[in-house]
Amino acid sequence: MRGEALYVDDLLIDGLLYGRLLHSERPHARILAVRLPSLPPTVTVVDWQDVPAQNQIHIVQDDMPIFAKDEVEYVGDVILMLVGPDEQQLEDLLSQVRIDYQDHEPVFDPEQSQQIFFDYHYGHGEVEQAFAEADHIFSETFHTGLQEQAYLEPNGLIAVPTTRKMTVRGSMQCPYYVKTALVKALGKAAEQVQVVQDVTGGGFGGKEDYPSVLACQLAVAALKTGKPVKCVLNRREDMATTSKRHPSRCHYKVAVKDGLVTAMDIDVLMDSGAYTTLSPVVLQRGIIGAPGVYNTANLRVHGQARKTNTVPNGAFRGFGAPQTFFAVEMMMSHIAVALKQEPLAFKARQLVAQGDMTSTEGRYHFNVSLPELIQRAEELSHYREKRQAYARQSEARYRKGIGLSLIYHGCGFTGNSERDFIKAVVKLKKRRDDRVEVLASNADIGQGIKTTFAKIVADQLAIPLDQIIVNNPDTDLVPDSGPTVASRSLMTVGQLLAQAAAKLKQVWEPGKEQEIEEQYQHPEYMIPFDMERFAGDAYPTYSWAVSVVELELDRLTGTADISGAWGIFDVGVPIDYNIVQGQMQGGFLQGLGYSCMEHLAYSPAGVPQQTSFTDYIIPTAADVPNLVTDLINNPFSHGPYGAKGAGEMPMVGVAPAYLEALEQAMNCGRLEHVPFTAEDVLDRLGADPDRQQAEPDTWVSRERKAAGKPAAQVKSAGGGDPACR
Amino acid sequence: MQMMNEQTGIPFILNGRPVRSLSAPGTRLLEVLRDEFHLTGTKCGCKEGECGACSVLINGRLVTSCLIAVGSIAQQAVLTIEGYRETERFAVLDAAFADMAAVQCGFCTPGMVLATEALLSEHPHPSAEEIRQGLSGNLCRCTGYQALIQAVRTAAQRGAGLW
Ligand code: FES
Ligand code: FES
Repeated sequence: MRGEALYVDDLLIDGLLYGRLLHSERPHARILAVRLPSLPPTVTVVDWQDVPAQNQIHIVQDDMPIFAKDEVEYVGDVILMLVGPDEQQLEDLLSQVRIDYQDHEPVFDPEQSQQIFFDYHYGHGEVEQAFAEADHIFSETFHTGLQEQAYLEPNGLIAVPTTRKMTVRGSMQCPYYVKTALVKALGKAAEQVQVVQDVTGGGFGGKEDYPSVLACQLAVAALKTGKPVKCVLNRREDMATTSKRHPSRCHYKVAVKDGLVTAMDIDVLMDSGAYTTLSPVVLQRGIIGAPGVYNTANLRVHGQARKTNTVPNGAFRGFGAPQTFFAVEMMMSHIAVALKQEPLAFKARQLVAQGDMTSTEGRYHFNVSLPELIQRAEELSHYREKRQAYARQSEARYRKGIGLSLIYHGCGFTGNSERDFIKAVVKLKKRRDDRVEVLASNADIGQGIKTTFAKIVADQLAIPLDQIIVNNPDTDLVPDSGPTVASRSLMTVGQLLAQAAAKLKQVWEPGKEQEIEEQYQHPEYMIPFDMERFAGDAYPTYSWAVSVVELELDRLTGTADISGAWGIFDVGVPIDYNIVQGQMQGGFLQGLGYSCMEHLAYSPAGVPQQTSFTDYIIPTAADVPNLVTDLINNPFSHGPYGAKGAGEMPMVGVAPAYLEALEQAMNCGRLEHVPFTAEDVLDRLGADPDRQQAEPDTWVSRERKAAGKPAAQVKSAGGGDPACR
Repeated sequence: MQMMNEQTGIPFILNGRPVRSLSAPGTRLLEVLRDEFHLTGTKCGCKEGECGACSVLINGRLVTSCLIAVGSIAQQAVLTIEGYRETERFAVLDAAFADMAAVQCGFCTPGMVLATEALLSEHPHPSAEEIRQGLSGNLCRCTGYQALIQAVRTAAQRGAGLW
């Protein structure tokens, strides 16, 4: 608040050098030669030859090079770094470097890509039989776009070499991820690598994997020069070359019998970009959520992530879920409309409930609060009443619409990762002055985890909050309690801290130094997740949300004014009400950006087209609707004070609610992609006037009985929308 | 040497004190503040005038310091967060922002605080619409703006008479 917090770009270090990166200009090429201008003696070139151990960055797999050696795989791939005392001079020199490339054919469309990075299948029941017996079969394809995290502080780190150790510090979410990557790249022992998080200006997933990349590049440079080296990306470089949300294509085929969904056959394709980075885990979360919050007795899900020659996509709040929840919510809504039912009523009849089977044959072990959330959403937004009223509007220039979505967020890591890979450990250290220090590796990136941790420990120990110390994590001091991802910090690590504090309280001796360590225990109630079969409990529990968006569309300009927005959330019990509300509001607005304005695309040559806030538009204070967020209490028995994961969820359900509202206002058939911008609205409204009279449900298969065939025939939804006006 | 300093450089008032910048006249004010005067409370989020993280007040007017050449501000009064935080008005904003949890990652905050100062100077009792417009040049990716708008409203109420 006082401008005193020091972010990485604010740090002054003696003898500091700067590093500037040379990015590939070609999407897919062989490097034939690197031609450098003549360099002053103060400037050093750092490239793959300087990497002491492996020239691959460990993320999930080890496939992304620290510095490209022979091949570049996307526009932005890093070839080398120039290091010197004067940043401007480095920029000038970089512009004089010439690379001779031999181009290969790039692939930009994941549908055309032959390189499948990840491929998963799962399902249960008798899918074919359900389709054979269906009254209707519906099929439709949905697309979602890229999204940039757009944290206000760009990525940046400093590598500081000393004789005994390499220290990397700066803006990041996961100090131990960075440390692991450095140990492998430098070939050093774990004790010789230290990673420190500095105050971080937002992350949202965008500082989950990328800092490992920059850290390896800088550490190699620091090793070569023997000096501290800093690199803070400029905004254009950050937007053009660092990870984003995976674009997706989801194809749904759904069987309906007696007015209920009896089977879903789902095919999900995610665009991984040039390297694998976090794609397997993003894809897993995406496909697990693909059937949404509905009971689907017969289910088949197929998911792939394929390579393209574009920026590697990575983590962004929601992590695969915004893509598939968008698709399934739109699908359910479209089916309801085709069956001449009100979408919410149609959905509400088939919701999962406590004790039901999850999509992966696990269990919803705890109370599913959706009915309560829906009721609260109704009270606040008057959704049903408005939905009916808006259906009777005339074809005027201004038309209103309202939409609602139902989603969950699987709390914590997917599957057994928490047990098998993370194995979180926390410590509490009581000092002689009876102040207690929290030792955990989770980073405060604006989500307020330091405050929340302190509150939990203070409360358990029944001591004042100012007796608790929470510093930014330093891997030399804190144990590995896992990364700051997956909405797990509070629920999983917070619970360990609560347990540690309870233990400390029992042995508390005033004026004495004491230390308590607590390790993660996998909840016993969980059905182990079998990765081979892709079956079991994917998450220990779920948070739930209802999102409602109301808007007024100007059909002449295509712009939609958001006249109301409501997010009703079950995050268990909020430990700090204001912090949770802030997360819900911030996440909701990112969801609105995703729905209608945050458009990012590549040129035919594979160059990202929107790389600044001038053309990548994120919501401003003037775009804020009258957003109302509300929380209900639904205590989780295994979370601290009943808390569950929260941070990612508000993002997930906004796009389908927005699009359902827009559909109603446009009155122009089904919409099937986000972002859906004002331009898209105009395009769609102006499309082919001859087809104005087209039946709104031509995409629906003929009824089985009417067709007189044993199985319904499927008509694809592709492009079948009637035009308006 | 003393003589030289008095005649060279670009003179301006920085947080109430006369100073001279020895940077080239075309240097961005943002860089002068951060690199020459080590006032790092002014943040750089884009260097293109789009994010507002670098906001400062020049003669009371809100500007993005990344788009201002230091040569163009001779004799003018620049107020950054480091100067503003010593004021009574800041104390009111500080409390209101804290009570409304309007700070998450904090990177936009110094700019937001100065935008709020500019807004309240012009509209001591701003309407919701005036608040939205007043903050609309400053991006915040964390809060969704609701808490910020609440904080401004609260500060306007509590600070009655100050603005
Ligand atoms: S840094 Fe000046 S407006 Fe973004
Ligand atoms: S608090 Fe993070 S950008 Fe505003």
